[in-house]
Formats: sequence, structure tokens, C-alpha cells
Amino acid sequence: MSAIDVTFRLGGEAGQGVESSGAGFTKALVRAGLEALAVADYMSRIRGGHNFFTIRASDRPVLATREHVHLLIALTGETVARHVEHLVPGGVILCDETLSFDETVLQGKPVQLLRAPLVAIAEGEGDRVMANTAALAIAAGLTGLELAPLLSVIADNFRKKGSAIVEQNTRVAQTAYTWAQERSGMCPWKLQARARSPRLTLSGSQAFAMGALAAGCKFVAGYPMTPATPVLEYMAQHAAAWGLVVKHAESEIAAINMCVGAAHAGARAMAPTSGGGFDLMTEGVSLAAMLEDPIVVYLAQRPGPATGLPTRTAQSDLFLALHASHGEYARIIMAPHTPEEAFCCAVRAFNLAEKYQCPVIVLSDEYLAASIRGAEPQDFDVQHTPIQRGKLLSQEELDALATYKRYALTEDGVSPRALPGMGPKALYFSTSDEHTEEGHITEDPQLATAMAQKRLRKLEYIAAEMRPPLLYGPQEAELTFIGWGSSYGAIREAVDLLNAQGRAANMVHFVDLWPFPAQGARQALAGAKRIVAVEGNATAQFAFLLQAHAGIVAQQKILKYDGRGFTPDYILARLEA
Amino acid sequence: MATVQDYTNEIRPTWCPGCGDYGIWNALKRALVQAGLEPHQVMLITGIGCGSKIPDYMRINGMATLHGRTLAVATGFKLANHGLKVVCVHGDGDGYGMGGNHLLHAARRNIGLVDVVQNNHVYGLTKGQYSPTSRAGWVTPTSPEGAIDRPMNPLALVLSQGATFVARSFSLDIPHLTNLIVQALGHRGYALIDVLQPCVSFNKPMSYEWYRERVYKLEDAGHDPTDRLTALERALEYPGSERIPIGLFYRSEEVPSYEEQVSTLRAGPLVAQPLRPRPSADYTQLWQELF
Repeated sequence: MSAIDVTFRLGGEAGQGVESSGAGFTKALVRAGLEALAVADYMSRIRGGHNFFTIRASDRPVLATREHVHLLIALTGETVARHVEHLVPGGVILCDETLSFDETVLQGKPVQLLRAPLVAIAEGEGDRVMANTAALAIAAGLTGLELAPLLSVIADNFRKKGSAIVEQNTRVAQTAYTWAQERSGMCPWKLQARARSPRLTLSGSQAFAMGALAAGCKFVAGYPMTPATPVLEYMAQHAAAWGLVVKHAESEIAAINMCVGAAHAGARAMAPTSGGGFDLMTEGVSLAAMLEDPIVVYLAQRPGPATGLPTRTAQSDLFLALHASHGEYARIIMAPHTPEEAFCCAVRAFNLAEKYQCPVIVLSDEYLAASIRGAEPQDFDVQHTPIQRGKLLSQEELDALATYKRYALTEDGVSPRALPGMGPKALYFSTSDEHTEEGHITEDPQLATAMAQKRLRKLEYIAAEMRPPLLYGPQEAELTFIGWGSSYGAIREAVDLLNAQGRAANMVHFVDLWPFPAQGARQALAGAKRIVAVEGNATAQFAFLLQAHAGIVAQQKILKYDGRGFTPDYILARLEA
Repeated sequence: MATVQDYTNEIRPTWCPGCGDYGIWNALKRALVQAGLEPHQVMLITGIGCGSKIPDYMRINGMATLHGRTLAVATGFKLANHGLKVVCVHGDGDGYGMGGNHLLHAARRNIGLVDVVQNNHVYGLTKGQYSPTSRAGWVTPTSPEGAIDRPMNPLALVLSQGATFVARSFSLDIPHLTNLIVQALGHRGYALIDVLQPCVSFNKPMSYEWYRERVYKLEDAGHDPTDRLTALERALEYPGSERIPIGLFYRSEEVPSYEEQVSTLRAGPLVAQPLRPRPSADYTQLWQELF
């Protein structure tokens, strides 16, 4: 039996419930035991326009969405016009029987139009606002998916609105499902539910935020900015139960400086933001570096400059993260490639920030942050994840010292850290001016040199902790992709497709980006015959770093900077022979 | 019981002879002693500017941050450890210019900070440019044709934003300033003390004499500091007239501080709380939300 691999797309205007319906259907697919990955494509507006939601379901791991669509649910005529090109031969367009649109767009296209009584069923069993429920149930009916998982999601999602609403939606779904079953012969793509232990349906944002909770993050300050807002909101919603303080600040400048203050007091602190907000934060990041206070910045990228494409994705802020702030100091940058890794990166970020008393930037992007997928709960162990606080002194350790210097010059550049309030011995001054080991302002040239070296020396020790890139594919290959961050899934599926076609390809993917893992890069790419860099930016920022720090040159660059995530199809279409 | 000596270290200030910062330095140490605070129970947070170097010259938990960001850093610190008294000291450029946005938000939040602003009406450390409180028309290196901006009124601003402790003092009157800082240390929310001070190097027209001729004490004028509207009227006297009221304009203990209202902080200072909830907590709740 061939593998199940079905792509659904739901399109309509903002305000028509495209995203919530799509997310609900994705959850139903995961509850049915299938692998699923869903990507929302939405505009920066609250009403109107055109939004769509693409869901790929399979019985095998799904790492990316594809360009082709099997079943298109069109809530508007524009959806048909925009997406008909992406339908596979025999692909089904499902819409309401009363939807009027220019059907000439279908001429000559080998697609099937299925007009269904979505609104009529919704009105008959409940209310016309339940038409999306009817559409999802028909999608399930056509693909042979049992209805129970969708009904369970309906029950959960509408519980707050009362049992009457749940019952009406349930009846709408059942009637629509029966209607679809009678017509299911038109749809050759079938889904088969599988019995599995319960799995999570989550976004990269939720995964990262859960990791921050697991890591003992106690303080969050931020300012809403897509696509980082979900992390700020998640932390705020869990603050009371998990014992956090979350401050929606007056600006990103305030947010990062609040984080520095909280970190200085001893709380694990994080600022979630996107590029424009991070621009405002950069001076505050330099303050954390100078005071050697550990902070974590969650930087979810979107296209710039300025406002750019607010609701879309990019990998164009690598240089921003790397070069943020004036002056020279140690920083750590990592870019998770999956929700599981986003969770791990959150934990690592807080541990490394405190171990090296420096800023850590986790580079996410809209694609990773907003796409949702099925995952195993045990990959998100919020209870047992180790918390390491580095040279943070306990009261006993401080008491045992004869004298204490906050900025003591040490071999690894990291000084033992006492917190304000620990007692008379821990009285010290911290200043953004250059300072002595005791923290007093100094302009002494030798001391200035020693302090700059102390702060930068940390990089040597951090470098030893940077993980080498991930390898995937056969050891011997005619071409090797390099990538970083969220493009992992698309590249990996491209590798699989190439190998299936008999063209040996593999990939080297970077998660830890700074200090640059040059040795790991050289080892991983030692035998590479032809290197193809894949990046979501216009200037191949990572390839530049690879060349500068490891002396390795990519022969081809496949770049994307239209605000949309990579698909394997996009990569393969641009691959030079 | 701490003494002024306990707050004194071996570092000598770099301020010009006659600088108003000396008076503020003295008053602050006296006030902390009078309030019965030990140096390790206080966090002194400043910005950047001549006066912001004050923690370098004291035996205290000190932190000099970025220009203008004093209140933001202090807000984060206070929320992370409200067990310490957090005192901010910074200049008018820092507090009212670069930090103007943080000022109004600190006031409306009623975050528990004592905010002492060294208002010398000029940028001292950058050598004599006009500040947000400088008089219009003043010729300085960045206003060669005279400043067009009119001076801001920080006291009226924070009163309009719901500030619960609003005061002004004069750096030459150390007992007066000491008394106001002591009162502010006993206040439950945000307390602004605008301190008039001369800059003997870059604002010579506004000398000790100039101030002495103009200041008058609200307590001598029968002002009622529980009356917000009268406080606003008094605040509007300067800038704008030749009489400068000093003293307590307004105080209310009716409004709880921000940190009193954060549910997490009812269990004590954040830094004293466990990083993760106790093992008995239901960790699987986070999964349940996502099944």
C-alpha cells in the first residue's frame, strides 16, 4: 500500500475563521494518529483580504508542506482563482453551493468542483456560522477519515460556548459527513486513522515557551510584535500557575532593560521580540553584556527592513543578531529547526546565559513559530530538564569567601556571581562604564584591556559547547545542502526526493550558530563535492559566515525572500543540474 | 543600626567643587540611615550623567545603567526582588529627556521606586547643552539661536498620570531633601522627588543665589498634600513663574503599588521562589492543553 500523503488547503478572508478551522482540523488529524504539519498564510489585517491555511497529513513524518494541493476548501471565489493552479490532477475544490465566482478559471483544468450545501446544513442543524464545521466534516468524509477525532476537537473548542453550541456543531458535522460519504468515490486520496498514544499539536512558539517554563524562566518583558507575540502571551497565560512575572512593557527598549534589571536581581529573564523590536533592544543587550547579566532574547524573524511583511517569515536577521549593539562582547546564537529543538534551545539558552553570564539569542522565525504539527509529549519534558546556574554563588559559598569581587578576572572570563541583597559581603557596584574587578569606574588602559579580554574570553569556552551541525542523508553524495534554522524540513524532504530519484544528496544543518562551529562545519563538509546553501534571505548570510570562519564556499545559493517558507519543491525547482 | 559611615566608601567623587550632587549624596545617605536601612537592603540604580555616578561613591548595592533607562531597569529589578528598597537617582536629561516615556509609565504603574531626579536644567557631563527643563531662549552649544523648546513640567506630568508621591526639593537644603527621601522610602508606590540643583560649570545663571531667591516651601504656604488638584496648581507654578514651590506636593497611600498586585509576588520576592513549581505541581497540565 502506498503511503498516505494528502494536502488540504482552506482559503478565505480574514475573519472567516480560516486559521481556527484549519488548526482544529490539524488537531483532528493528529488525534487520528496521523502525522500533520500546517502552515498559515495570513495578511496583516483583521478583516478581508485573502488568508489560507495548508495542512499536509501523512502516515510518515511530515517535515514541510508541498506546493501541490489535493483538496481545496474555498470560502471565497478568490480562493479558487488563486489556488486552482496548485491542485493536482483530479484535485477537488470544495465550496458552498451558493458561492458565486468566475468558473472560467476552471476551464481546461483537470480538477473537480464539488458544490456542497455547507450553509444549508449549518442553518438546518444549527447556525450559518457553522458552515466551516460542515466543510471540515466533508473534507473528512471525502478522504475516508473517521469523524470521531473531528467531533472531539469540536467538543473541546466550543465547550466554552456551551453544550448547545457543541451539539449543534456536532449535528452539522454528522450531516455533512454523511453527505460527503455518498460522494467519497470522487476523492482517491484516503486517510486511515491509527491508534497511538496521545500526541501534542503545537506550534514552535508553544514549544519554545514551554521550554522557557521548563528552564525556570521567572521574568518576561516584551511588547507585542508578530511573530513573537505568541511566546509573550503563552508566558503571561502561565505566569500565575508557574510563578512568573510577565510584563507587557511600554516599548521594547523598556522590555529589554526590565530584563536586565530582573536578571541583575537574579531572576532568569527573557525578552521575546521580532526584528524591529530587537533593533530597539540592542543597546540594552550591550548593557547585559557589560554588566555580565544573563539574559535570553527570543528573536522571531520576519522580513524587513522597517515594517516589512509583518505576518510572514524570513531568515534575514542572522547578521542583526550577530552584530547587534556597539562594542565587542561574547554572545551565543542558536536557531532551532523543529519544535522539539525549540524546546531544547530554550532550556539551553537559559543555562548557557547563566553559565557564561552573557546574552543568548534564540533565532526563530514566523515559519517555525506559527506552523503547527504533531509531536510526542515526552520530547517536551518540562519537569526533569536540568537547570544549571553556573557560577551563581549560594549564600554558604559567599559566606565562605574572604572577600568578594563581582568582576574578578578569571581564566574562563566568568566571575562568581553574588546577587544584590545577599549581605554586606556582596555589596558591589555594577556599571555600564568600564570597571575594575570590584566594579568601580575606571579608565585605566591596562584594566580596560583586561576587562575586554575577560568578556571576550568566554567565547573560547562557549565554542567548546557549540554542537556540530546535523547530518542527514547518505555519506557519499554528489551534492550537499547547507541550511540553518526552520528550513530544515524542506531541505530534508528535498534530500529524500533527490535520493528517491537516484541522485545522491545529503545535508548539513546548523542549529548552534555562534560562536561559529567552524571545526564542526569543516568536519561535516570535508567530503562535500558540491555545496548548495539554502537560506530565507537575499544575501546568503550564513554562507558568508561559513566562508569567513571555515573557509568553505557554497557553489550554489538557493535564496528565498518573499516572506514565505521553503518547500522541497521550491528547492528542487531551483537546483542547478 | 547603620550609620552614614556604613554608606561611605573610599572612592572620592569626580564632581566639580560646589556641584549640587554633593548635597544629594549627603541627603541620600542620611535618609537611608534615618529610614533604618542597611546598605545591603537597598538597591541604588542610576543612569548615565554626572550625578548617576553616585553609587560608585557609596557602600551599597549599586547599578549604573544606560542613559535614560534607569526606571526601566529599576522596574525589572523591583519586580524580581521587591524585598529590597529600590532607589533611582539620575539627571534631568536621563529622567525627563531620554527616559520621559519610562517616567510617565512608572507613575501610572505606581511601581515601588524612589525616583530622585537631579534637575540642574542642563547637560553637564556632555558639557553644557540645553536639557528638557531648560528655559526657552537659552543659548547653548546645541541651541546657538536660543532654545525653541519650552521647558517640560515633570511634576504636573506625573500628577496627571496618577503619581501617588510627588515632591520637589533643593540640593542646598539637605535637611529638607533628607526628610522628603525618608518619606518617599516609606511610600508604597512610585515616588518622584525633583531636586533643583545648580550646575556650577555649565548653568551659571541658575546659581545657588538664583534658586534661593525663588524657592518657597509648600509646608509654609499651608499646602494640603492630600489634595491632588491643588497639587497640580502648585506644580504648574514652575516653570512659568518666578516662584518655585518645594516640598511635598501630593501623597496618597490609597493606591496599591504595582508589585503588590502581581499575584506571583504574594509568595515573596521572585528571586526567592523556586525556578520551577514544586514537584507536586501538575506538570502534565502543559501537555493537556495541547492534546
